Amino acid sequence: MRTRPVVPVLAAALAVLFVASLFTGRVWLPPREILGGTGDAAGTELARLILVELRLPRALLGLLAGASLGLCGAVLQGLTRNPLAEPGLLGISSGAALGAVIAIYSGLALEVPLATPLLGLAGAFLTALLTLALGRGGGMLVLILAGSSVSGLMLAGTALALNLAPNPYAAYEISQWLLGSIADKSWDQLALAGPFMVIGCALLMGTGRALDALALGELQARSLGIDLPRLRLRIIAGTALAVGAATSITGAIGFIGLVAPHLVRHLVDYEPRRVLVPATLCGAAVLLAADIGTRLLPLDQELKLGVLTGLVGAPFFIALVLRLKRTAP
Amino acid sequence: MIRLAAEGLSFAIARRRIVWNVAFEAGGGEFIALIGPNGAGKSTLLTLLAGLAPPTVGRVTVDGTPLAALKAAELARRRAYLPQNPRCDWPIPVERLVALGLTPSLPSFGDFDAEDRRRIDAAIAACDLEAHRAQAATTLSGGELARAMLARALVGDPHLLIVDEPLAGLDPRHAIDTVRRLRALAVEEGRLVIAAMHDLNLALRHATRVWAVSSGNLVADGSPREVVDAPLLQSLFDVPARVHADADGEGARVEFG
Repeated sequence: MRTRPVVPVLAAALAVLFVASLFTGRVWLPPREILGGTGDAAGTELARLILVELRLPRALLGLLAGASLGLCGAVLQGLTRNPLAEPGLLGISSGAALGAVIAIYSGLALEVPLATPLLGLAGAFLTALLTLALGRGGGMLVLILAGSSVSGLMLAGTALALNLAPNPYAAYEISQWLLGSIADKSWDQLALAGPFMVIGCALLMGTGRALDALALGELQARSLGIDLPRLRLRIIAGTALAVGAATSITGAIGFIGLVAPHLVRHLVDYEPRRVLVPATLCGAAVLLAADIGTRLLPLDQELKLGVLTGLVGAPFFIALVLRLKRTAP
Repeated sequence: MIRLAAEGLSFAIARRRIVWNVAFEAGGGEFIALIGPNGAGKSTLLTLLAGLAPPTVGRVTVDGTPLAALKAAELARRRAYLPQNPRCDWPIPVERLVALGLTPSLPSFGDFDAEDRRRIDAAIAACDLEAHRAQAATTLSGGELARAMLARALVGDPHLLIVDEPLAGLDPRHAIDTVRRLRALAVEEGRLVIAAMHDLNLALRHATRVWAVSSGNLVADGSPREVVDAPLLQSLFDVPARVHADADGEGARVEFG
């Protein structure tokens, strides 16, 4: 059973991207200046502010959100044994988005600090409960259908909020937020969502053996001692925590959860359990790379992260469909 | 040695009786062939015995303990179950597929230890899969996959092995190999093996006991030579049947039509 050094290589790449993320932006900060002033005091202070108050939380948020999306995508693909499953499958990201949109729509976001992520989290948890209640007692197909119907409901609510937006400014705010970004997020937001993402990822990380057994189908997995209802509950809870928290801060960032597992799966012999850690690292790396991309593209207005991942991810998705068409009978 | 027993075992869906009032006692050392026509309730009976469906009435006990009272992981360590036409959804290598049989005893994280590897190697060798070790399971032929799945079931060294049509899709040589292996597990190693089979000639020659199922009822239970005769087969399968004893007295040949 040969193993490739997949995890160390991905971890190294992620570390490089993390550092690169600290140094790229509109303002070029020479590493020398950041590491301990050679320039004048005011310049060093500005550099410190940009680094500590803007870029560090941005890079950390990118790391956590990307990891959450990549891991959750891998877990859901393993659970459903469907390579096209992604973190939005259970309706949780649409629920988080609706909660956040309600905060912006109602004006609460302007009055209460952290109203947007708090309502986003509430939306994520309520959606998870709704999907769970609808899918309860049924099999995998019922759960997927429950997720997509709940997702449809949440998307309709979001569209309603845009439609009824009290003023053009609110509509603009909502649509900008929905595009998805990790720019200009505060340490407070990170401190709120960070622990949820870490706990959610820990829950999802523990599903490996069950996902492996599920490769043999539900009946054989049960014969191997896997408690499927408990597994589904754990995955829904983990997704609500990790992806719900990520989405409530960043907005919708598509395709990373779908693509990251596919980028690494062939490196670990397609084993669902061994996909988890590489997919987590890969999700974080892809998100950070895309975010660096938004800052490097020479455009008048910075491209939103969600737009860039969509532009790059959709062709990848199409390629995946074409490959499936060729290999599937 | 393990003891398996059922009393008043019944299973119904929407008031339709699938399994009706089955009772038996069986123990390690027996290789039981489950025979009967399509739709007789063989597969349902096997899932009930494996503890994968709750009986409507009655119960199954392992060494006196009802299946329902056993923890899923503990039951999984003692019995292995293979459904009909098992398949694998990801193209994982055969040796990893076989290793999945160790799931109940593996820790949540970490790789296999030396003992696990020894068991995996032994199961792969026993099922004649060395040439396919690194091959993706989804690219195996039907018969090769059936052997890989059997190795998956054997790797954990279960005391109770329940297999639904293990010979489906196997060529004559591998069918004979498999049925001999099932018999050896029972007779030489003291395991209890219960297998649904359609190849009656192999069942009569190698099984130590035959269960005939018809419309959910256990209509015959005993050693192959005692219970399998032309009238039973005729009533089970609804075609004229003849049974010729083999010259060596070990088995019999069944002819239909």
